[in-house]
Amino acid sequence: MSRFLNFSIFRYNPATPEIPPRMQDFQLDETPNMSLFIALNRLREEQDPSLMFDFVCRAAVCGSCAMLINGRPGLACKTLTQDLPDKITLMPLPVFKLVGDLSVDTGVWFRGLNENLEAWIHTDKPFDPQGLEDRMDNPTAHAIYDAERCIECGSCIAACATANMRADFIGAAGLNRVARFLIDPRDERQPYQVFEVVGTDEGVFGCIGLMACDDICPMEIPLQQQLALVRRKMALASLKGK
Amino acid sequence: MKWSDAHLTDVLVIGAGLAGERVAIEAATQGHQVTILSLVPPRRSHSTAAQGGMQASLGNVAMGYGDNPDIHFADTVKGSDWGCDQEVARLFCNLAPVAVRQMAQWGVPWSRVVPGKRLLPEGVEVEELQEKAGLIAQRQFGGTAKWRTCFAADGTGHVLQYAMDSVVVKLGVTVHDRMEAIALIHDGEHCYGAVALSLRDGSLRPYLAKAVVIATGGYGRIYGVSTNAVINEGTGMSICLDTGVVPLGNMEAVQFHPTGIVPAGILVTEGCRGDGGYLLDKNLHRFMPDYEPVKKEVASRDVVSRWMLHHMSKGLGVDSPYGPHLWLDIRHLGKEHICVNLREVHAICANFLGIDCVEELIPVRPTQHYSMGGIRTDVNGAAYGLQGLFAAGEAACWDLHGFNRLGGNSLAETIVAGMVVGEQVARYAGERSLEFPFALVADAMAAQEDRVSKLRSRSGGSEDVYRLRKGMEDALLNNVGIFRTGEALEKAVSILQELYQRSANIRLRSSGLGPNPELYAALRLPGTLKLALCIAQGALQRTESRGSHYREDYPHRDDENWLKRTLAYWPPGADMPRLEYEPVKITELPPGDRGYGGMPIKGD
Ligand SMILES: Cc1cc2nc3c(=O)[nH]c(=O)nc-3n(C[C@H](O)[C@H](O)[C@H](O)COP(=O)(O)OP(=O)(O)OC[C@H]3O[C@@H](n4cnc5c(N)ncnc54)[C@H](O)[C@@H]3O)c2cc1C
Ligand code: SF4
Ligand code: FES
Repeated sequence: MSRFLNFSIFRYNPATPEIPPRMQDFQLDETPNMSLFIALNRLREEQDPSLMFDFVCRAAVCGSCAMLINGRPGLACKTLTQDLPDKITLMPLPVFKLVGDLSVDTGVWFRGLNENLEAWIHTDKPFDPQGLEDRMDNPTAHAIYDAERCIECGSCIAACATANMRADFIGAAGLNRVARFLIDPRDERQPYQVFEVVGTDEGVFGCIGLMACDDICPMEIPLQQQLALVRRKMALASLKGK
Repeated sequence: MKWSDAHLTDVLVIGAGLAGERVAIEAATQGHQVTILSLVPPRRSHSTAAQGGMQASLGNVAMGYGDNPDIHFADTVKGSDWGCDQEVARLFCNLAPVAVRQMAQWGVPWSRVVPGKRLLPEGVEVEELQEKAGLIAQRQFGGTAKWRTCFAADGTGHVLQYAMDSVVVKLGVTVHDRMEAIALIHDGEHCYGAVALSLRDGSLRPYLAKAVVIATGGYGRIYGVSTNAVINEGTGMSICLDTGVVPLGNMEAVQFHPTGIVPAGILVTEGCRGDGGYLLDKNLHRFMPDYEPVKKEVASRDVVSRWMLHHMSKGLGVDSPYGPHLWLDIRHLGKEHICVNLREVHAICANFLGIDCVEELIPVRPTQHYSMGGIRTDVNGAAYGLQGLFAAGEAACWDLHGFNRLGGNSLAETIVAGMVVGEQVARYAGERSLEFPFALVADAMAAQEDRVSKLRSRSGGSEDVYRLRKGMEDALLNNVGIFRTGEALEKAVSILQELYQRSANIRLRSSGLGPNPELYAALRLPGTLKLALCIAQGALQRTESRGSHYREDYPHRDDENWLKRTLAYWPPGADMPRLEYEPVKITELPPGDRGYGGMPIKGD
């Protein structure tokens, strides 16, 4: 039953620009329950120790390892080879700056996004170390948690036609982040203040509705719903005229 | 090196997990310029992987009514098997509620109390009172008298880290990610900064600061099989050890978590048992009540892990191609509970085991999880040995956990220590001016440049870095695990010593140019081998059993001779650590019986 897997992997090392980007082939025997985390580490340790890729948690919770797996963005650590054909093509995510081979710089991109969206709780309330916490009902806490589950892996951004064309589009992850703060009662921003940032072509109007993001998200965040929520709140806010 | 490449800042924080970011926030809020270095973007730090929750004695839920810092303190000290520093534990327990509530204000969506009656899995009915509705909810964790673990479903670490980082972004704190500190700049008395390696291009850069804080997390990965993220190699600890003057405390105190999944080693949270899950053997018998009639599955981690191994040694484990394991059964908690409160567990089982834990059993085995030991600091977080050097979080031995950490006390520690140490760092930096000791910086840079260029030249040596690393992992896993003996520990020490010698002769197979993972691994290995030696040697010398450190040949706690903390130093040029000891501070609770873990428990 054991297969031989044929990997075709994108290679480029910015330190040696004289060697142009290329696809390199590797072979590996498949073992039971083998994930791309296991496979790539074996390739590095056994065949080519210069192979660059990023893993941190290897448990699908940190968002480090997204790449194009046979053309589709996904988390490599939770992708099992048994679910793939015996020819596996691995490419770095588009949109993000390449570090080398399969490694891309999602961190700086997301920090920029969070700065632009001012993605933090805006409140004037001073913190009282002696006081009790403010109350919140549990369903509200769960709704915030649902949106907060995004791990900034960049898959939805890489899958997005708009993001691939315009560097400043905030993408599904950005819109989901907006939704997260809109539903949080602790954030004292008025909706119109949020929409000054997102009611533009880089924001909600950038989305052309292909919805590739929705079934790509490894955290199964209902991105389409979140986008609808942002649009609805925005329509309401403009009706109220600020 | 060009001098203009040097990065100057008031406070340099090495590590962007919860502890590092909390220190940074405190220092930045007090007006200091702060720079954070991290191997990865902050939100990918290992803290995000924590699932279960954070302890603070809020007393919000029925099973926690009447809780207070005194009870939390007693649980923590018993959990530590009296190895912790009681002054630190007291400070911590008093501040944990403040930390939880401040995180709420910064945006953490804590799960909340829903009033009404409910039936616990064991058949007890409890009523959550209306007056507590909407306050922060709490669940049970091991080794605690009250339910006090605050949680956000089972993604607590993730939401804490995201909220913390949102404040870092708000304050505009500088973060240099993919930058690894590989040496400290010091003169044997003061610490002036660090030499960092860029993981983007393999270049070196000096960072100078008035105060340097190490918040680099644990070293779990040196065990190979671990619940820890793959970046947890303890380099922050090893660069301190390299100074020759900063000691590491209690490195032999290594925690094994009862429920790592087999074979991947990924953790499923203690919340599974806290919420009522059972451990079963191959006959589907629930065995923990046989050994711990009172605490059952929720005795402290060291105790549950030992009983599990003991039970498997009687042939009652479930056989698998990856060795024997036991079952974790959460089916009776019901689909709704699992899919809401244990949602990430459900996902982990589906992704990595291909099973639905609502209907199927989860294969588990005790797995390396946490480092109680680390950079020894005083109660203010100031490292022993060098002025201007501080440490916080899992990298530090502050020493809140002694020989066993309670679940939920680590997230709480990162944040409380961040507050306390951050305050001290801010004060210290406020009293000093920035120095640029040219000669020291030049020497420190030259030493590291020399290591890098030797490796890149591929002239000497023939050792393969990955083979050596595997040797280290195996030596620790096989000989410095849950059940320890003098014989196995001696063996580990001699294997590790040999590997350490050989690590001076690594030869790269690749060019080592640019962002080269083999170069990075080769630069790290000698330091991680030193940590491994501190662990093994500390364990060999400690001829007693305490908390997670369990010697089959010395199965009892020995307060007369061993109520003390190990301090491991690495003298320059030595091939072994030098061990010293200091007394453990007992201020309130004299050594006594833990109330669980009756000894001795037999291994095999
Ligand atoms: C799977 C899992 C689940 C857990 N669940 C819980 C729980 O439910 N409750 C609980 O209380 N505890 C839990 N813990 C423990 C807890 O999560 C950790 O102890 C804690 O998060 C450590 O935080 P930290 O800030 O000290 O370090 P980390 O979060 O590990 O951060 C370390 C930082 O240092 C950086 N770094 C490391 N080395 C260097 C270097 N040389 N140069 C520059 N940067 C460096 C890294 O990039 C990272 O940013 C869990 C642990 C694991 C493994
Ligand atoms: S929304 Fe989903 S796909 Fe997009 S970055 Fe977040 S986790 Fe990744
Ligand atoms: S390594 Fe963390 S998501 Fe894959």
